[in-house]
Amino acid sequence: MSTVAIYLLTGGLLFVIGLHGLIVRRSLLRKILALNIMDSGVFMVLLSLAARSDPPDPVPQAMVLTGIVVAVSATALALVLLVIAPSRYTDEHDPNA
Amino acid sequence: MTFGGVLLLLILLSSLVPGVLIFFVAEQRRRLRTVLNMSGAVIKLLLVVVLLEGVREGLFFQLSFNVLPGLAFVLHADALSILFIALSAVLWLVTTIYAIGYLENSPNRSRFFGFFSLCVFTTTGIALAGNLFTFLIFYELLTLATYPLVVHRGTAPSLRAGRQYLIYTLGGGVALLIGVVGLNLLAGSQPFTPGGYLGVLAGQHDTELKILFVLMILGFGVKSALVPLHGWLPQAMVAPAPVSALLHAVAVVKAGAFGIVRLVQDVFGTGLLIYLDLLLVVLLLASVTIVYGSLRALMQTDIKRRLAFSTVSQVSYITLGVTLAGPIGFIGGLAHLVHQGLMKITLFFCAGNFAETLGVHRIDQLNGIGRRMPWTMAAFTVGALGMIGLPPMAGFISKWYLAQGALEVGQQWVIGVLILSSLLNMMYFLPVLYRAWFKPPMEQWPQERLKTRWETHLSLLLPPLFTALLALLAGLLAGMSTSPLAWAELITLRNYAL
Amino acid sequence: MDLSLHPHWAVWCIVVPLLASGLAVLVPRWGKTVGVVGALLTLLAVGGATLHLLAHGPQRIEIGGWGAPLGIQLQLTGPALMMLWMTALVSVPITLYACDYFVTRSQQLRFWPLWLLLWATMNMLYLSADLFNLYITLELISLVAVVLVALAGPKAIRAAIRYLLMNLLGSLCFLLAVALMYGAYGMLDIKMLAEQVEATPLTGLALALMSIGLLLKSALFPLHIWLPPAHAGAPAPVSAVLSALVVKASFYLMLLLWLTLYSSLVTHGLTTLIGVLGIGAILWGSVQALRAARLKQLVAYSTVAQLGYIGLAITLIDVAAWQPVLTFMIAHACAKGAMFLAAGNFQRAAGHDRMALISTALRALPVSVFAFALAGVSLIGLPPSGGFLAKWLLLSAALDSGRWLIALALVGSGLLTALYIFRVLERAMRPGANLQPVGRVSPLMEWSAFGLGLLAILLGFAGVGITQIVAEWPV
Repeated sequence: MSTVAIYLLTGGLLFVIGLHGLIVRRSLLRKILALNIMDSGVFMVLLSLAARSDPPDPVPQAMVLTGIVVAVSATALALVLLVIAPSRYTDEHDPNA
Repeated sequence: MTFGGVLLLLILLSSLVPGVLIFFVAEQRRRLRTVLNMSGAVIKLLLVVVLLEGVREGLFFQLSFNVLPGLAFVLHADALSILFIALSAVLWLVTTIYAIGYLENSPNRSRFFGFFSLCVFTTTGIALAGNLFTFLIFYELLTLATYPLVVHRGTAPSLRAGRQYLIYTLGGGVALLIGVVGLNLLAGSQPFTPGGYLGVLAGQHDTELKILFVLMILGFGVKSALVPLHGWLPQAMVAPAPVSALLHAVAVVKAGAFGIVRLVQDVFGTGLLIYLDLLLVVLLLASVTIVYGSLRALMQTDIKRRLAFSTVSQVSYITLGVTLAGPIGFIGGLAHLVHQGLMKITLFFCAGNFAETLGVHRIDQLNGIGRRMPWTMAAFTVGALGMIGLPPMAGFISKWYLAQGALEVGQQWVIGVLILSSLLNMMYFLPVLYRAWFKPPMEQWPQERLKTRWETHLSLLLPPLFTALLALLAGLLAGMSTSPLAWAELITLRNYAL
Repeated sequence: MDLSLHPHWAVWCIVVPLLASGLAVLVPRWGKTVGVVGALLTLLAVGGATLHLLAHGPQRIEIGGWGAPLGIQLQLTGPALMMLWMTALVSVPITLYACDYFVTRSQQLRFWPLWLLLWATMNMLYLSADLFNLYITLELISLVAVVLVALAGPKAIRAAIRYLLMNLLGSLCFLLAVALMYGAYGMLDIKMLAEQVEATPLTGLALALMSIGLLLKSALFPLHIWLPPAHAGAPAPVSAVLSALVVKASFYLMLLLWLTLYSSLVTHGLTTLIGVLGIGAILWGSVQALRAARLKQLVAYSTVAQLGYIGLAITLIDVAAWQPVLTFMIAHACAKGAMFLAAGNFQRAAGHDRMALISTALRALPVSVFAFALAGVSLIGLPPSGGFLAKWLLLSAALDSGRWLIALALVGSGLLTALYIFRVLERAMRPGANLQPVGRVSPLMEWSAFGLGLLAILLGFAGVGITQIVAEWPV
């Protein structure tokens, strides 16, 4: 198996793991983390696509850079909302969370 | 835009503009509202007279623009439009006067009169619609404009009646919509044409045509209260009396009946319908409705409900006349469109007067009312005798032509239906007249409200007297060139190209 | 000077609200003025773009002179122009409404920059020509919309978080699909891709991921669960924007991709699946709207049902293409915007929006009731209205291709809609005590709702224009 394929599969796997976490976990913080794992998965797929050629294709790299910016902002927003949310919604043991 | 187009537009605007303005009139500004109401009604009547003269001369008025490529919004005025529009213009004026007297002391008048005008606007649109698509637009608008009138009082029973009214009429509207879309796909967007425009499709799309016709009859059947689609009508009696008068005599049921006339005469054409074996079905349905409505009317003890079932029965005379598929029957049906309107509005006005003046709602409370309210009762008598079809009343003229028409096309059994219905009419109207004129009055009326110089408020008294007079004249002077009958003959001449 | 000659009207459609947004951040005192002037100028830019399209046809603009593959390209087509118009027509009344709606200073401070930014990003989405740029716009729309929902205060935070998570998930699915497409074809430009796309399993996977992501954002049943709390919980102008405009953006994008990129892969089975989901949405949304205890919930569930109607329309894209769906979206945008604004007025006046007690507020605000009624007429699909026009087109397409079941679902949906619309309207007819107003509803708030409702009706007369623009300059 080539290196690129391994990276591709890992990326896909990360995406699925994140998705699982997003659906199964009740705690909002964990859901946010799960989304970040999914982000990483997609970025990995993009980077491995870039690595197929020599020199590496710049377009996916540009996409990942932009994507990271977006992901950071989204995470920041989610965390702010988490902080200002009434506390019972963020409690890990609360069935509503 | 041509002069004719402008005229049609003005006629529509003459009730739309006052309607919209009235919504903005403050509740207590009674005079301004009355001025708006009356000027709209009078202007409209004058414009309709101009239109009538033009059409009589053989002019053709039209206005059209495309809503979608290949789909036109068409207004036009042919002889048939005039019949309906003249009826609604005259009766609107009268009902407006009546409604002002009836409602001026109750809440939400601006809302009421606003929708009242919109209702007439849509009725006018129905009369002037030049193709099925345009007809559909105004037909559905009529539902919307009448709903607030039906539920005007806002009480639990009226809201329930309103809900039922909507379910029936919107359901019918859906059937009609499918029909119109289907015909549009088959034949394109064509204007109403005397003798129909679908004849060329005979033999190619028979099944589709049959399905679409049935759907559209269902759609029109709801408003024209064909059994078994009549259920909303007696319920809608919770509305104020002017609404019942307008709804039952002019707007809603007539729109349905008028739709059937257009559909049979100007879209399918009787020839095609005979070929498709569909006319007899509708004829039977109309006959069943005539008998069933009369039977149910007989069982009612509430005056307005009895009149409502009487309407169910009487409106189907129009359908009957059209589906007889002969020129004489057609004349009878069309003349009845006007005759029934005049007679039934008189009856509802009178019923409203009894309720408003003395609190009388039930038939057993009518004893001796002829002595307390002789003028109103006289008007009621004219209407009732007309409904029975006593010569030389207007109702007799219609029934006579219908019977002749049945003979002409060899459907003798229809005469049986007419006779049976007339007998039933007698059975539910004559006892009422007897009670009112000959039985001694009760000690005290249920709720005597108005003490005026006249037996009731003048603006309540004059409208029924005027419409009763018209109903009487329509029968007595049926031979005159301005009578409804003469106009029905003119339409028939043009339609059958005799 | 011939205005249609100016080459960059389409760019102004994005730049004007973006600049206004920045200005609103810099000079918070001018928030309202900047908002209103920005809105009117954006409307002007859309008008200019229309002139340009009518005179010169579809247009591609390379921003900063950078072409594909690295540069950002914009394209102006007939359907994109219709979406720009939809956004502008709905946004102007909402902007006016918001002037009087937000009373506290902190809300005003936050609302104006965010709202103008949202408008800019929506316009950007409609004009974008490549997949990655589309992802960015999608993500931006979601983020801004979430913050706007959170403006309603602590009660809405939970709905906002749910909204955010679902939308981020949708965006990520979309991004992964973009990556797969780039991996397979080495390009992102939609037009260039459309010429290359083959029906391979990988492309199929990308189609599936993209569709799921976009359907999640469009809240098509059963992916709608995030919508009612977010749309019902947000401040009224924000609810109007979300229900009228934001959900349409992702639906439009899905349609665009299906009709261009994946036209060879979109099978009858797939559209049928969407149609079935659509029917599910109509039934579920209508029943919930009939049972809703609060007015804004009712309107939000109505959105769920109406989005199902778009799903139904998608089953007909093989015979009817863009026009009916676009007409429906525009009509629904105007109607739903008007409804949420009117509902906001009732809520402001009564201090609550509980259906059981709302009738006093309805009686006190007849203009808003009329706005609600006009919008309702269009939603039910009664003539003459934009909703009726769309229904007519869809019904024609369904009957013409012999799909009776779809025709029945189309008209049945109208009847269900009527039931819950009149559930509200009949409350306006009940007699009772006069309202003791809790909050002030200004005439501007009433009339901007009314204007939107009227627009939904007037659209019924714009059929020829829409047909011309969409049919002559398709994607």
